[in-house]
Amino acid sequence: MNKENHQVLLEIKDLHKEYDTRTVLDGIHLRVHKGEVIVVLGPSGCGKSTLLRCLNGLESIQGGDIQFNGESLVGSNVNWQKTRQKIGMVFQNYDLFPHMTVIENILLGPIKVQKREKKEVMEQATQLLERVGLSDRKDSYPRQLSGGQKQRIAIVRALCMNPEIMLFDEVTAALDPEMVREVLDVILGLAKQGMTMMIVTHEMGFAQAVADRILFIDEGKVCEMSEPKEFFTNPKTERAQQFLNIFQF
Amino acid sequence: MVYKLLSFGFFIFLIFPEKNLDGGECMDINWQFIISTLPLYQKAAWITIKLGFWGTLLSVIIGLVCSIILYFRIKVLKELVEIYVELSRNTPLLIQLFFLYFGLTKLGITMSETTCAITGLAFLGGSYMSEAFRSGIEAVSKTQIESGLSIGLSQTQLIRYVILPQAFAVTMPSLAANCIFLFKETSIVGAIAIAELMHVTQDVIGMYYQTFESLFMLVVAYLIIILPLSFLLSWLERKVRYAEFGN
Ligand SMILES: Nc1ncnc2c1ncn2[C@@H]1O[C@H](COP(=O)(O)OP(=O)(O)OP(=O)(O)O)[C@@H](O)[C@H]1O
Ligand SMILES: [Mg+2]
Repeated sequence: MNKENHQVLLEIKDLHKEYDTRTVLDGIHLRVHKGEVIVVLGPSGCGKSTLLRCLNGLESIQGGDIQFNGESLVGSNVNWQKTRQKIGMVFQNYDLFPHMTVIENILLGPIKVQKREKKEVMEQATQLLERVGLSDRKDSYPRQLSGGQKQRIAIVRALCMNPEIMLFDEVTAALDPEMVREVLDVILGLAKQGMTMMIVTHEMGFAQAVADRILFIDEGKVCEMSEPKEFFTNPKTERAQQFLNIFQF
Repeated sequence: MVYKLLSFGFFIFLIFPEKNLDGGECMDINWQFIISTLPLYQKAAWITIKLGFWGTLLSVIIGLVCSIILYFRIKVLKELVEIYVELSRNTPLLIQLFFLYFGLTKLGITMSETTCAITGLAFLGGSYMSEAFRSGIEAVSKTQIESGLSIGLSQTQLIRYVILPQAFAVTMPSLAANCIFLFKETSIVGAIAIAELMHVTQDVIGMYYQTFESLFMLVVAYLIIILPLSFLLSWLERKVRYAEFGN
């Protein structure tokens, strides 16, 4: 599947990120086209989470540029409230709001931030819940759900804002193995529908199945960027070979 | 709950020990006196309740505003709040009251005794409530705040829909303690000539020398006010906790 001639949705140019004096991202370049699924791989601490967090303004950046739909996300006059509606993000620890029911969690953004009609949002939420197989849990509290269910709700919460791109940061890392599948299936479904996504994961089989391109980062630099088949069967760099060896017994 | 009732029983037992044990009246309690001063105490109790209620309510409002100023680190205001909290927590209520009542009069600002008393209580309570809210707000995890931000909430929406409801559940026990603390502190405002319970008791003792009966009435009056309040607060605490944590 070649989506490289699609419109560029997100462009990262020479991104630099430092914590105090430590460089964590060191000149990242990346173009994400509409409908493309980029899986970000790399050893622990290489800066994968930091990269995603820079994209929706949870971290400030020290150099380079990020353009979303042609608009720069660097500088003090970025309207993050508006931008974040277009960039959905799901974290590792399914941070649903514990004092709200499932449906309240989902409706908060669309109604309070986007000022949409409750009835219309409700319809969309119901459809999305059905799609992830949780339409009967509308009125449950997060504490009454399993980890996998919570994570699927977190995905629905982000989707209900109608984002143009979804960022997933190790969304299955905190889950029991038998729940991993149900969450990955939802993400696979999104890929089939053409959702643009950037996914950080340690599930190699899933990465291979879902990715259009693999972005391999090491020590804050793009080490390799290739199609999944090529990356997994014939990695170009030694670092990538070493990394893949860890997953083989 | 049970302990609250027990403490009340224990108090009664302390007062009438002999009577309970052998039925003989060792201490001569002047019931006639108690009945005749009852209306005085009733009136005073209402004043105490009024002072406690408004003092607590204003304290909560002041505390909420202060803690939000601290959260947003608003320049200048933040420093003012910090000075206020230190000043208020490290000086006795009595001195604060005297300053408001006598000191401000010197500066040409006069308040009625009641306004002054409620202001004093609110000045004291506001800082305690502010500290309580602050610790509650600090207990809200960073990931909660980030997941709020990532659905596009503004700072105010974040406070309103995510931070305060969660902070409230954490803070509720200290809010309840502060609330009871403030009701008890009303016993000090009699110093500026308000006929609340403590003041009336001192008056009555001065006039009739019925020290024991007067003090007995005083304690009972406070228990009658504070025990139900305490029940109400425990109930509220459990309700708020349940909404948040489910236990
Ligand atoms: N708030 C912070 N302050 C200072 N250093 C940080 C901070 N957050 C992350 N780092 C450092 O930045 C580097 C990159 O962290 P990041 O979380 O992006 O790694 P990662 O690739 O997501 O790792 P993992 O696979 O373990 O999640 C790490 O070395 C980490 O120690
Ligand atoms: Mg990470």
